[in-house]
Amino acid sequence: MKEEVERDIERVVLALDVNDEKRAVLVPVHKTLLEVLREDMQLTGTKHGCELGECGTCTVLIDGKPQLSCLLLPVQVEGRSITTIEGMARGSELHPLQSAFAELGAAQCGYCSPGILLAAKSLLEGNARPSRDEIKEALAGNLCRCTGYVKILEAVELASERMR
Amino acid sequence: MAADLGPRAMFVAGGTDLFPKLKRRQFEIDTVIGLDFLSREIGDGTIGAGATLADVSQDEHVKKHFAGYAEAAGLVSSPPLRNAGTIGGNLCVDTRCNYYDMTYEWRKAAGFCLKKDGDICLVAPSSPRCWAVSSSDTAPMAMALGGVVTLVGPEGDREVPVAALYQDDGIEYMAKQPAEVVTSLRLDASAKRRSAYVKLRRRGSIDFPIAGAAVAAVFDAGLVADCRIVLSAVASHPLEASAAEAFLKGKRLDDETVRQAGELASKPAKPLDNADLSHFWRKRMVRVVVEQALWRISDQKPGLDG
Amino acid sequence: MRVVGKPLPKVDAAAKVTGRAVYADDMLPARTLHCKILRSPHPHARILAIDTSAARRIPGVLAVITGADLPVKFGILPVTQDERALEHEKARYVGDPIAAVAATDEEVAAAACDAIRVEYEVLEPVMSINAALEAPKDERIQDYGGPNNVHKFVALEFGDVEAGFAQADHVREDVFFYQGNTHLPMEQHSAVATFVDGKVTLWSSTQVVHYVHRALAKVLELPMSRIRVIGAAHGGGFGGKTDPFAHEIIVAKLAMLTGRPVKCTLSREEVFYAHRGRHPVLMWVRTGVTRDGRITAMHFRSALDGGAYGSYGVASTFYTGALQTVTYDIPAYRFEGCRVFTNKPPCGPKRGHGTPQPRFGLELHLEKIAHDLSLDPVDLKRQNFVRPNSRTVNWLRVTSCGLEECTERVLTASGFRERRRKAGHGMGFAISSYLSGAGTAIYWNDMPHSEVQIKVDRGGVTVFCGAMDIGQGSDSVLATIVAEELGLEPSDVRLVTADTDTTPVDLGSYSSRVTFMAGNAALEAARKMRSLLTEAVEASGRKYDDVSFEEASVLGEARFGTLTSAGSYTPPKIAGPYKGSGVGPSPAYSYSACVVDLDADARTGLIQVNKVWIAHDVGRAINPLLVQGQVEGSVYMGLGEALMEEQAFRKGLHKWPSMLEYKSPTFLDMPDVETFIVETVDPEGPYGAKEAGQGPLLPVPPALCAAVHDALGIWIDEIPVTPEKVLEALRRKEKGEPARYGPPTFPAIPYPPAIKVEPPPKDLGAQAPSI
Repeated sequence: MKEEVERDIERVVLALDVNDEKRAVLVPVHKTLLEVLREDMQLTGTKHGCELGECGTCTVLIDGKPQLSCLLLPVQVEGRSITTIEGMARGSELHPLQSAFAELGAAQCGYCSPGILLAAKSLLEGNARPSRDEIKEALAGNLCRCTGYVKILEAVELASERMR
Repeated sequence: MAADLGPRAMFVAGGTDLFPKLKRRQFEIDTVIGLDFLSREIGDGTIGAGATLADVSQDEHVKKHFAGYAEAAGLVSSPPLRNAGTIGGNLCVDTRCNYYDMTYEWRKAAGFCLKKDGDICLVAPSSPRCWAVSSSDTAPMAMALGGVVTLVGPEGDREVPVAALYQDDGIEYMAKQPAEVVTSLRLDASAKRRSAYVKLRRRGSIDFPIAGAAVAAVFDAGLVADCRIVLSAVASHPLEASAAEAFLKGKRLDDETVRQAGELASKPAKPLDNADLSHFWRKRMVRVVVEQALWRISDQKPGLDG
Repeated sequence: MRVVGKPLPKVDAAAKVTGRAVYADDMLPARTLHCKILRSPHPHARILAIDTSAARRIPGVLAVITGADLPVKFGILPVTQDERALEHEKARYVGDPIAAVAATDEEVAAAACDAIRVEYEVLEPVMSINAALEAPKDERIQDYGGPNNVHKFVALEFGDVEAGFAQADHVREDVFFYQGNTHLPMEQHSAVATFVDGKVTLWSSTQVVHYVHRALAKVLELPMSRIRVIGAAHGGGFGGKTDPFAHEIIVAKLAMLTGRPVKCTLSREEVFYAHRGRHPVLMWVRTGVTRDGRITAMHFRSALDGGAYGSYGVASTFYTGALQTVTYDIPAYRFEGCRVFTNKPPCGPKRGHGTPQPRFGLELHLEKIAHDLSLDPVDLKRQNFVRPNSRTVNWLRVTSCGLEECTERVLTASGFRERRRKAGHGMGFAISSYLSGAGTAIYWNDMPHSEVQIKVDRGGVTVFCGAMDIGQGSDSVLATIVAEELGLEPSDVRLVTADTDTTPVDLGSYSSRVTFMAGNAALEAARKMRSLLTEAVEASGRKYDDVSFEEASVLGEARFGTLTSAGSYTPPKIAGPYKGSGVGPSPAYSYSACVVDLDADARTGLIQVNKVWIAHDVGRAINPLLVQGQVEGSVYMGLGEALMEEQAFRKGLHKWPSMLEYKSPTFLDMPDVETFIVETVDPEGPYGAKEAGQGPLLPVPPALCAAVHDALGIWIDEIPVTPEKVLEALRRKEKGEPARYGPPTFPAIPYPPAIKVEPPPKDLGAQAPSI
């Protein structure tokens, strides 16, 4: 083990496209997208539960597809479209999924909600009328400990109906 | 570049295997070499190593001609990881062990193991080797489908069968040169080959396999003309069940044949106490997953689910 | 009623679905330092020396502290003040905090932890109940309790148990084991502290701001008036954030030393070490019944594997024996409980606190008795159901009780009585009960358990309450009650909660107490406010309902000056006249009944749960959406415990402190759930409401095991029900051995002689005056 810590950390300037806004950040090259979103861009809506790719909590959309921000380096997603929970509502109008989650009680502690909402958004964009099994499959990488998943499934179905 | 940097550099494609391991300090490296340049193209029988597991699992051509491969890719981990993880990465995925896939602090408390920082295998302390488990879902299926990979390295390109990528050691589990990169996978596109992959794991998602059977076969007038059975997660490499393959040749898949094939296939499987659930139970389940996979490809009882 | 009983969205729903809710780790005040904690790599070791000099020299390190800086002991229960924020004398489990660093970033802090040298003298670890009962090889884990590593004994006898057994036609004994498991909240624990003008402020992911407040005052040796604790948005508790934790004290101390904000967020692995989860419990039960199935006497023994510290353990021990009588009418009852120390992370309260384990044992035990007597298990249970408005043999007061209705609802909906008989398919039934808040406080005092203030001006209503919303929706319950009384919508009500500076006390989100207790306090405060406003409006010659709320508030303020009201709730003093009677009494009990339908594969031992029907007597559903959410979440957690969740150890070490290997069910592992809300309108609950967050977990594991028996004819007497256990039980069945998997025996435990307690007088009933 090192007695002294090397502090000359390599930093890079990156132009990230987050929620349709391009922002330049200067970050250590090894910092994860999760950390950069939360700490350098103040987008703390993206949560974390394990930081090892095991729980799905930190899900964001990369070019519309769910990926785990704890397993991505910003340099890998430069130039690609990143969507976080902060980018889901249009102005002060909630996305239909957000409304449905709120109305049906699909968010209890709310900690897994950002990741699940984004995964569900991606699902509905590719499949407007998913069956319940398809919803389960699509969200199976996102753990929730509060809801037992029932209300989440109902909320995705409600949003899917409303979005048609 | 990789050859110049030596062991302090590693390749990364999707990062789903490497990054957690870096955080747990299972690898201590200075440089990661991105493989973004790898082709993501899914062609007739050739798939770029950069193609994501999600894309391959949903590709109509792959689903039609290499059903088992699409299944295996679609059963890896969970949806967000399949959107990042590549087929090349899954072929090279590190062997696993629940004494090894732990944080630095945990491993320090447990005592370091042979695979990282220590000098004994904590699963089999009297053994001179590492018994970490091959945990790829797609590698056994690619082997069963007669896959061939292209390797690109400092000394040029070469093609090797998928089977030749692996060796029976938990640490040196890859037989390729460290500086070589898998750039594509070609699957045998012979007509009428049926294939299926059955994966056993505790939960419906996220988990690595704790046993799995990849089966591919060509039938001739209802009889098995050619068959390959490769097991996942029961050894340090994808384990080909040669005795069962030979036994099945020329046979019709009836109850007794399938039962005997399962029994033969399970014999060489050697799960140890380093993955989820007990190794005794995992050993018993090998024949079950093999039978389920065989039924899935048989004419007689299609659609039996794993 | 206008808003009570309506399925309205939670008041914080929009914040939760937009990412706006601010959880503790989302806070990053300017100049925040990051804290990392060095933890013991040994399960049991004396600490001989700690050298922090190298760590202090690392650039970016601003402070390094050890136990010498925080020597005062604390603990949630006054009788077990056995924890230190940092231990400098002895490590008692892998993960015990030893030293802490505050540095400019997390990596520097981690490197500094690496640079701390600790010299240990390694001691023999004690890793099981049996080992703890024996003489220690080196030394005891704690220096109190005993003999050996026993922490606590309980022995109580109510009524004449021997006479009860003598009356029985049939007596049966069984042994059960319920493995430990953990809460696994999605949010890792996190706390941020500042020290400004001589005052500490702590934001934390806690269920109990008040108890954290007390522990900080004690350990930091500051008056409570100089400490402020604020509950941040909460990412899941389930009992796991109900103790004051080392990291909360550490960041406060580091903030005091550095004058800068300090944050500590536990890694997922550290969350497994913080634990305070479900105790592993070994149980032995003996019951006498008449030939038609009436219980004549019961003797229940428990042995709890407590881990290294006290935590809530004394209460947990009592709880393993307290609530058997709240569902079944047991005329004579003996309970002997024992908690031991082991070198594992401390156990504490997890959803159902100490009662899911005995509930599992008791329900299966009665199933087996019914099989012995060739009686229908549901009929046998049913004829022993406790009656509403009664007193149990251990003096617990039962008021409203919807057991009958809950049972009927799930039996009818599931078609349980008409179920198809087919090998490999099974259905199982079980019931349960749980507290609506503990009737006694954790530390003795005469003050209310919950207090609410309401401020009204210019049409605005603000409710102040110490209650902590942990996702269950307690803020919404407060808003709904106040809105109902004042004629508003819940969204019209502003809330200030869980802040020890600005809100009156509430003891916290544990023991399912908030709806009942804070709800009653809110009801009182709101009714007082309503009466002020009504008086002012009527003085102007009009009626309350004919004016706008804004107008009413202006009239009220003009007449009375500043409009405030307050309400509080103190539970009735209903505990029995014996030592230990403080654990078990509650102002009301919820009831649940459950049916599980599953397929069990005799070849693989794998179980596929097809559906769960659950009926829950919540008294009154103030918001049915939230009640359903609590019930469904409880079923989920119960299934996780029943099938896969396991806090397992190997060679002194947590076997798998990760979300990958600690198996938490995914979307694909969760069956359909059909929920029935039963309303019995409790006489003392707010609008009749009782608890919903814990009770519905309890019947799930035993119902699942009953269903496995129904499917395969084997008893799995041990939780979790893994496929290996199923196959082993089937193997034994085939060989003609007893067709079960479970602990073979219960150890010989030197319980003290039971304290004999006379049962309450027959005519005491529920409405009798307090004792």
